[in-house]
Amino acid sequence: MGKRLLRNPGVVGGAAIFLLLLAAALAAGAVATHDPTRLDPVNRLKPPSARHYFGTDEFGRDVWSLVVYGARVSLLVGGVTMILTSVGGIAIGLAAGYYRRLDALIMRFTDGLMAFPAVLLAIAFMAARGPGVWNVILALSIVYMPRTALLVRSTVLTLRELDYVQAARALGSRDAGITLRHILPNCMAPLLVQGTFIFAYAVLAEAILGFLGVGVPPYVPSWGNVIASGKNVIREAFWVSLFPGVALTVAGLSLNLLGDGLRDTLDPRLRVQG
Amino acid sequence: MAAYLIRRVLAVIPVMLVVVTLVFLLIHLIPGDPAAAILGPDATPAQIEATRIQLGLDRPLHEQLLKFYSRLLQGDLGRSYFLDRPVTQALWERAEPTALLTIAALLVAIVIGVPSGLVAGAYPGSVWDRVLMFGALLGVCVPGFWLSLNFIYFFAVQLRWLPAGGYASIFVDPWAAVRYMVLPAVSLGFNQSALIARIARSCMLEVLQQDYIRTARAKGLSQGVVIVGHAFRNAMVPVVTVIGITTAILIGGAVVTEIVFNIPGLGRLIISAILRRDYPVVQGVVLVTAATYVVVNLIVDVVYVFIDPRIRYG
Repeated sequence: MGKRLLRNPGVVGGAAIFLLLLAAALAAGAVATHDPTRLDPVNRLKPPSARHYFGTDEFGRDVWSLVVYGARVSLLVGGVTMILTSVGGIAIGLAAGYYRRLDALIMRFTDGLMAFPAVLLAIAFMAARGPGVWNVILALSIVYMPRTALLVRSTVLTLRELDYVQAARALGSRDAGITLRHILPNCMAPLLVQGTFIFAYAVLAEAILGFLGVGVPPYVPSWGNVIASGKNVIREAFWVSLFPGVALTVAGLSLNLLGDGLRDTLDPRLRVQG
Repeated sequence: MAAYLIRRVLAVIPVMLVVVTLVFLLIHLIPGDPAAAILGPDATPAQIEATRIQLGLDRPLHEQLLKFYSRLLQGDLGRSYFLDRPVTQALWERAEPTALLTIAALLVAIVIGVPSGLVAGAYPGSVWDRVLMFGALLGVCVPGFWLSLNFIYFFAVQLRWLPAGGYASIFVDPWAAVRYMVLPAVSLGFNQSALIARIARSCMLEVLQQDYIRTARAKGLSQGVVIVGHAFRNAMVPVVTVIGITTAILIGGAVVTEIVFNIPGLGRLIISAILRRDYPVVQGVVLVTAATYVVVNLIVDVVYVFIDPRIRYG
């Protein structure tokens, strides 16, 4: 398994880029050249130079440092959303897949939740709860949880009919034991694949919420916030919105490469032929 | 088939019940007292109390919910505090730009996505396949709203070919409408074209492995005839379903695109409503988009039955 993963160029390339971003985010203090919140009106809207790699924004803040610190917010939101949707999805999916009475109720609820365009549901949630990192994480977890729940449920429905699960039941195992020992481990590979894509969606959605002014508060350096402030000065300073957008694209690319690669390696049934 | 269609239409009811309930609950997600939050910090306790009663927040939750349902069935979404008119009227005034933007973006997505996917799938492993699929991967990853900004910088600020933002109704000035719509529609549709291309490619690959394709080849038909005459139509069937999903994503994306290009649609309406704490409008926009999604998917499922006669839902 490990060897096969290492032979997949998507997994290796995606993971390498992602780890680079993660390292930059964790060591932001060392990687950034300026304090990202320091205003310097004299040096506002300066183009990229040796002193300011990515130029400065309308308040004279260093865009390179904003992008580096913005990676923290993006990866925090993406990572925690991935964990919350997985944990919640496992709980709901197992319950729905194993208890038929609960299933109909849960399915109607997830159908209803999935009828909202994802971004709009997150916007509506943020409208009620107000700006903040944890509200963004909560909003995106609610938006994406039905997807993980449906995935776990469908895996459970397939597995529970298989001979080895029937055998475990014939041997007298209880529902809880069968679920945890025999079914849950088999949900892990598809969940990991989907989690990678949810990570990517969450990073993008966080930037969209920030761009619209309903995400993390405007004074927090995040890619969406910086792109939003770059929008106002695009005529005279294109670099303010350009570089955080490149960072966002690179993050999305790394996670998509990783997700596609993991899917091809871990779950050959889902592979797109060719 | 009639039985399937009836069941499919009836299935809309529970979904809409959940949607309406969630939209209703939105106002109860507001931390603290919603009435105080709506009125802002300057309100007097008497004003807050009056608003509580006006919103029905003093009644038990189930009573509020039943009232919400019954008003909705009469087509009443409440009044906008700020715009001082019924929410339904505000929605109606802003629906045209969003609907046209979504349709235009959908056309862009289909026109770019379907041919690229089918060509890539017809010649897997070729240079075309590699170039197109790399483009599709980039297309999935490039954030649409950021692409919009780059388009504005390049085509509006630098080249001055197209306006940087704004809107004209196609029913009033069609030429101006098209000029305003090109950049928003392309930047919104591009992401989805990548998704459609990936799916069209895998459908084409699957169809080309079918027995009837082998038969067509065995009787001496050329590759072009096999692909255009036999594979193309069958590969299109699953692609139709994707268009339903695409529409939902496009409606959500239209909100963001409208902000970038200053288009007076539902997206601008909801964002300004949030800033003014005009919650009935927020609820209205969310409800209308979800309902649109449900209806579009219903239509897609019905169309699907007609274009693929193999489907006979038992």
